[in-house]
Amino acid sequence: MSAIHTLDVSGTAKTPFHRLVRVELRKSYDTRAGFWLLLSIALIVLAAEIIVLAVTTVQDEAIAFGDFIGVAAFLTSFLLPVLGIMVLTTEWSQRSAMVTFSLEPRRPLVIAAKALVGVLLTLATVAIAIGIGAVCTLLYRLIEGHADWTFGWPDMFAFLLTQVLAMLGGFALAALLLNTPAAIVAFFVYKWVLPPLFFAGAALMGWFDSLRPWIDFQSSQEAIWDWSSSGEDWAQLVVSGIVWLVIPLAIGIRRVLRAEVK
Amino acid sequence: MIEVQGLTRTYGTFTAVDNISFSCVPGTVTGFLGPNGAGKTTTMRVMVGLTPASSGKVTIGGHLYKDIPNPGRHVGVLLDASAQHAGRTGREILELGATTMGLPSSRVDEMLELVSLTPTEAKRRLRNYSLGMKQRLGIAHALLGDPSVLILDEPANGLDPAGIRWMRGLLKGYAERGGTVLLSSHLLHEVEQIADEMILIGNGKIVAQGDKKTLLAGAAAKGGGVHSYATALDNAALAAALTAKGITVAGAGDGLRIEAESVEVGRAALEAGVVLTDLRGGEGGLEDLFLELTAETQREAIS
Amino acid sequence: MSATAVAPATIDLSGTQPTPFSRLLRTEFRKTYDTRSGLWLLISIGIVTALVMVIQVSVAIAQDIAVSYNDFLTSTTFSIGFLLPVLGILLLTSEWSQRTAMVSFSLEPRRGHVIAAKMVVGILFAIAAVLVTLALAAVCTGIYGALSDIPADWDFGIKQTSFFLLLQVIGMLTGFAFAALLLNSPAAIVVYFAYSFILPTIFGIGAELIGWFADIHPWIDFNNAQVPLIDGSVSGEEWAQLVVTGIIWLVIPLAVGIWRVLRAEVK
Repeated sequence: MSAIHTLDVSGTAKTPFHRLVRVELRKSYDTRAGFWLLLSIALIVLAAEIIVLAVTTVQDEAIAFGDFIGVAAFLTSFLLPVLGIMVLTTEWSQRSAMVTFSLEPRRPLVIAAKALVGVLLTLATVAIAIGIGAVCTLLYRLIEGHADWTFGWPDMFAFLLTQVLAMLGGFALAALLLNTPAAIVAFFVYKWVLPPLFFAGAALMGWFDSLRPWIDFQSSQEAIWDWSSSGEDWAQLVVSGIVWLVIPLAIGIRRVLRAEVK
Repeated sequence: MIEVQGLTRTYGTFTAVDNISFSCVPGTVTGFLGPNGAGKTTTMRVMVGLTPASSGKVTIGGHLYKDIPNPGRHVGVLLDASAQHAGRTGREILELGATTMGLPSSRVDEMLELVSLTPTEAKRRLRNYSLGMKQRLGIAHALLGDPSVLILDEPANGLDPAGIRWMRGLLKGYAERGGTVLLSSHLLHEVEQIADEMILIGNGKIVAQGDKKTLLAGAAAKGGGVHSYATALDNAALAAALTAKGITVAGAGDGLRIEAESVEVGRAALEAGVVLTDLRGGEGGLEDLFLELTAETQREAIS
Repeated sequence: MSATAVAPATIDLSGTQPTPFSRLLRTEFRKTYDTRSGLWLLISIGIVTALVMVIQVSVAIAQDIAVSYNDFLTSTTFSIGFLLPVLGILLLTSEWSQRTAMVSFSLEPRRGHVIAAKMVVGILFAIAAVLVTLALAAVCTGIYGALSDIPADWDFGIKQTSFFLLLQVIGMLTGFAFAALLLNSPAAIVVYFAYSFILPTIFGIGAELIGWFADIHPWIDFNNAQVPLIDGSVSGEEWAQLVVTGIIWLVIPLAVGIWRVLRAEVK
């Protein structure tokens, strides 16, 4: 055979990014595990808000729209990172990465699509949480005769941003570890074990006290809620964000790009 | 040895196994044959107690599987060679089995040797095994306890031709020493060469069972007809001789397709003085039968 | 080969002993460390425990803070306190995620025995972790006594130590119970952490706001009921609360979970 057989690819367009996003979005809910994770996020928020509403109306406590959002934020700040982790690690635990990366060898695009799906689902969660909060505040008004709608755009923005950061925190740990249980344990250590250790260390050691704000990503996120935060507060947010989000994500992505996919 | 009695397993409205009964005799290899999703695996899972039966029961050597103490020493099971921790080495997987069964480590070496996994391969983690290597390891695991009954689900899956031949010899020898073997397959030619007895299943029901001859006779009786293929130096002369005997002949490739057993064709050729260069019994008879019997459950229409 | 039987069609079981529990125990023990992920979990439990104590002892010496033997034990809240439950979870769930339950239950169809063996292995690991912790704490107290100006405080007591052991075993078993209930590693880990980190907050708020809830709170909060064990003195009522909350959070999930495993179709 003398003819050179080349594959004519001129007529084939590259897989567009929106198609990858659509596929990844679908993967997040088309299994029982994924579907239940999403559903339980919504149900847990709903249940918590109903309990809060019941308790406050029975006890005649004052509660504002923003407080309902606060309850939701507390719950989703630990459920969304689990979502961020599972979006990535299930590809490894279920070995579907083999298929995914053969259909789209440009792996960064796949990872970007997954991250975007995480962000989209976070947005949806935030929207649902705000909706549930609004309904609860309305019910509170109907029962109690008055309501406090204090919740400004800055709060809305802060809620959104902190939730996205929380989700990405899980995503970064997942990229670093590529193992569901390990990433979830690491996340909870980071979220629940590290802060008290940081505070204990800061209380005991002078030098650590001045270092802590620069490496404690969780407490530096408080700057987002408070618009009067100083330039230094923002700088601390960026520095601790690089430590806890950018570096693990960078190392993790580098690892995914080079890994042999089994 | 293995007695399946009126076994049914349903999942909601779906019936995976529908009232089947059969038995496997010591000293024989029984082939359990059917297309994908016919209910073979479910039946085998019920046998070893991993899936509860909806009704009916299975006994092995007169006992329910769950009543057999240390069952690994009596019944060797391979249901899914991939259902092992991907992070364990091949050797470690066998060591764990040997520990549970109370066998010495030397038994692990014997089994690795038997299935031709080298010490280097045995040290690798299962995640790095090819399908064929996993299958060999699974067979080693099933044989570990020197059982008298073997239940193997698609054991030839992923084996290379040499591997398939090796496995065939292994199972034949095992049965000749008095063992009972039940193996499933969706490939007819894989089973017909080693199975003494065949059970054809489709849509959860047994559609035919017996040895090869019985099945072929059944096929002939059903009108599928016995046939053979022949090529002669003078095809026309052979065709004429056969037609004269009232046998239907048709052209097929370089030769002829004849609606008769090969012995009839040979006799006709001898009488007519025609030189045969190729004469084959219609192996397709069994294949046709298989496809026909399981037609309703086949995913593809048969042309 | 003729179809005449050359071997009897029944299996003679008279010569076969049932698999002894000790052998199941050995197999299950071996499974905990023969994979890279399992081995690393065990190693990291050791490393984290040592690390927390080393940090504790160096900070205490540098800052002239008084620490006692018991303080070193208490710091394990940050190490084995939350890693032993994870071990308890993975002991059980990895059989499902890796599908090895198929093999385990074919070799020992008495599934209850397999689960019991796993549970005993978990308890043995909890005991081993406690022994290692006691030794590490002794070493740290010794180093502290040698290097610090403050004399070492060896407030070691049998009662305290047995409470500490009980605490760790309860932690491991709680993880095990959630695992049995859910049979899925991520779900069990998330639920366990929610139970140990989030629920106490919610219970606390509830008790503060609602009068009647404050009364039943001690009888349903297992985390809270374990606090007297940490403090080293448990009153009669506190034992009762520990038992009642333990039934709710440990016995019931475990019972439902085991019931489920015994009946489940294993895939």
